[in-house]
Amino acid sequence: MKNSQITIEKPPISSAHSVSKRKKKVNSRMIAFYLMVLPAALLFFVFHTFPALQGIYYSFTNWNGITLDYDFVGFKNYLNLFQDPAVIDSYVFTFKFAILAAVFINIISLAIALGLNAKIKGRNLFRAVYFLPNILSVLIVGFIFNYVFTNILPGLGEKYGIEFLTTNILGNANLAWIGILIVFIWQACAFNIILYLSGLQTVPTELYEASSLDGANNWNQFWKITFPVIAPFFTINMVLSMKNSLMVFDHIVAMTGGGPGYSTTSISLLIYNGGFSGGEFAFQSANAVIYFIVIMVISVFQLKVLQKREMDM
Amino acid sequence: MTKRTNWTVTILMALGSLLILFPLYLTISIALKNPQELAQSALSLPLNFHWENFTRAIEATNFFNALKNSSVITFFTLVLTILTNSMVAYAIARNMHRKLFKTLYYYFVSALFIPFPIIMLPIVKQTSALGLNNPTGLILLYVVYGMAMNIFIYVGYIRSIPVELEEAAIVDGCSTWGVFWKIIFPLLTPIHATVGILTCLWAWNDFLLPLVILNDTADATLPLVQYVFQTEFGTDYNLAFASYLLAMAPMIIIYLFAQRWIIGGVVKGAIK
Repeated sequence: MKNSQITIEKPPISSAHSVSKRKKKVNSRMIAFYLMVLPAALLFFVFHTFPALQGIYYSFTNWNGITLDYDFVGFKNYLNLFQDPAVIDSYVFTFKFAILAAVFINIISLAIALGLNAKIKGRNLFRAVYFLPNILSVLIVGFIFNYVFTNILPGLGEKYGIEFLTTNILGNANLAWIGILIVFIWQACAFNIILYLSGLQTVPTELYEASSLDGANNWNQFWKITFPVIAPFFTINMVLSMKNSLMVFDHIVAMTGGGPGYSTTSISLLIYNGGFSGGEFAFQSANAVIYFIVIMVISVFQLKVLQKREMDM
Repeated sequence: MTKRTNWTVTILMALGSLLILFPLYLTISIALKNPQELAQSALSLPLNFHWENFTRAIEATNFFNALKNSSVITFFTLVLTILTNSMVAYAIARNMHRKLFKTLYYYFVSALFIPFPIIMLPIVKQTSALGLNNPTGLILLYVVYGMAMNIFIYVGYIRSIPVELEEAAIVDGCSTWGVFWKIIFPLLTPIHATVGILTCLWAWNDFLLPLVILNDTADATLPLVQYVFQTEFGTDYNLAFASYLLAMAPMIIIYLFAQRWIIGGVVKGAIK
């Protein structure tokens, strides 16, 4: 289609000479376009696709990441994955974490966005405050909250005699994930609030006025008017927050290092630890391949289901 | 219909924002206290400002070196990303009817779904084999990995620019390169801002990629330095928090002045 721009432009004298000249011009235009994309495509292949393929390749070997030689072992790593308690635990932890994180992040973000969209004082100030966590380093935020959980909260608990606060939840194998979840939500909401807020601003105000004349209450208004309009934002936020929480890494490194025991070891942390220092390069490569497939399937599935719901509304 | 200020919601929003500001207050407060004051109360306002915590933190972590590393890496990532990614996106956007370019578009964008851990183990071997386990390699990886998202954002925008502008320039004898640099590149300014903001936030705050790629501690970025020194901070919380605050300060200061612009840029990038 874009080619027509050149052919439409009729030259004054349609001689063979000028046609070939025009062709030459078209060619040099295309050469320039190729030169613009090919180096980038090459680099992308070398530094992104090639390592990914290498990862798949190593997943069929028994390489430990250090020695010079290794053997092909077929699907052995994949079969062993499903029997390794550390791997199974990391999948259980990561999924529990990601589902809860996605649900809480979306409920809280939507609630705060509705609040910011209401007739309030100092909206821009609040908007700036709520977005602040998004610009901070996850790792440093994790370190700060680590101190809150290990020192501040137990201190308060003892001072005011609140039993459940007196112990450090990050040191408890059954509760440490809650601490990480709280910090994850604290930070991830920032981005989602802003997205929902920009969605809410597309809802036509006349609709609210008409419906309040009809006597609809706030609850009805939300489900009948607001939610259908922001449904596409809900879809995107659900998919993105689920995907991000499945990849949780920095928070855990800063707060528990995967412990106590292996209770908060996420899939990416397990791949990192096992692959680099555990001598499980090939085994964790197989884990990474499965992890990739899982993320892919979940994202596509979520998009399909949520989009269908959107259309039904 | 005139509506009055909803004070209930205003108060709820204010209480909620305290939850956001509390960890920052805590950081500033602990960074300014000495151990005795901290032992008495972590939450109280700091009465005597112990600035020496900061000088100690600067020395202990070699702060200015890390600041320089982070700044250099972020700056070159930003400049190279904007110059190259927009150019690739332009070539793709104007040739979407051609199979090769369309394939390339999906090739780049589909990388958004590929989680980093599958690349992580081999890329570390690869960068160290190529001698790229240093800031240069890190910048290269940011520019290359950023393409997935940035090309998606740029292509969407470029396709909304009418081609008539370019046609006129071509008739005047302008080359494709000239068209891009003289006409398209300046027109992309609003979207450069979006891509630039997203790229800066990513490169500045990223932890995992510097952790696995950088080989020499002297090259460490600000977040990485906090991690490296975490064991040394031990229980010297005043020193640790002074260091955290120093590491976060540059971004917070920029945010104070440019928050409206930063939020706008991030929203535009997400809605595209």
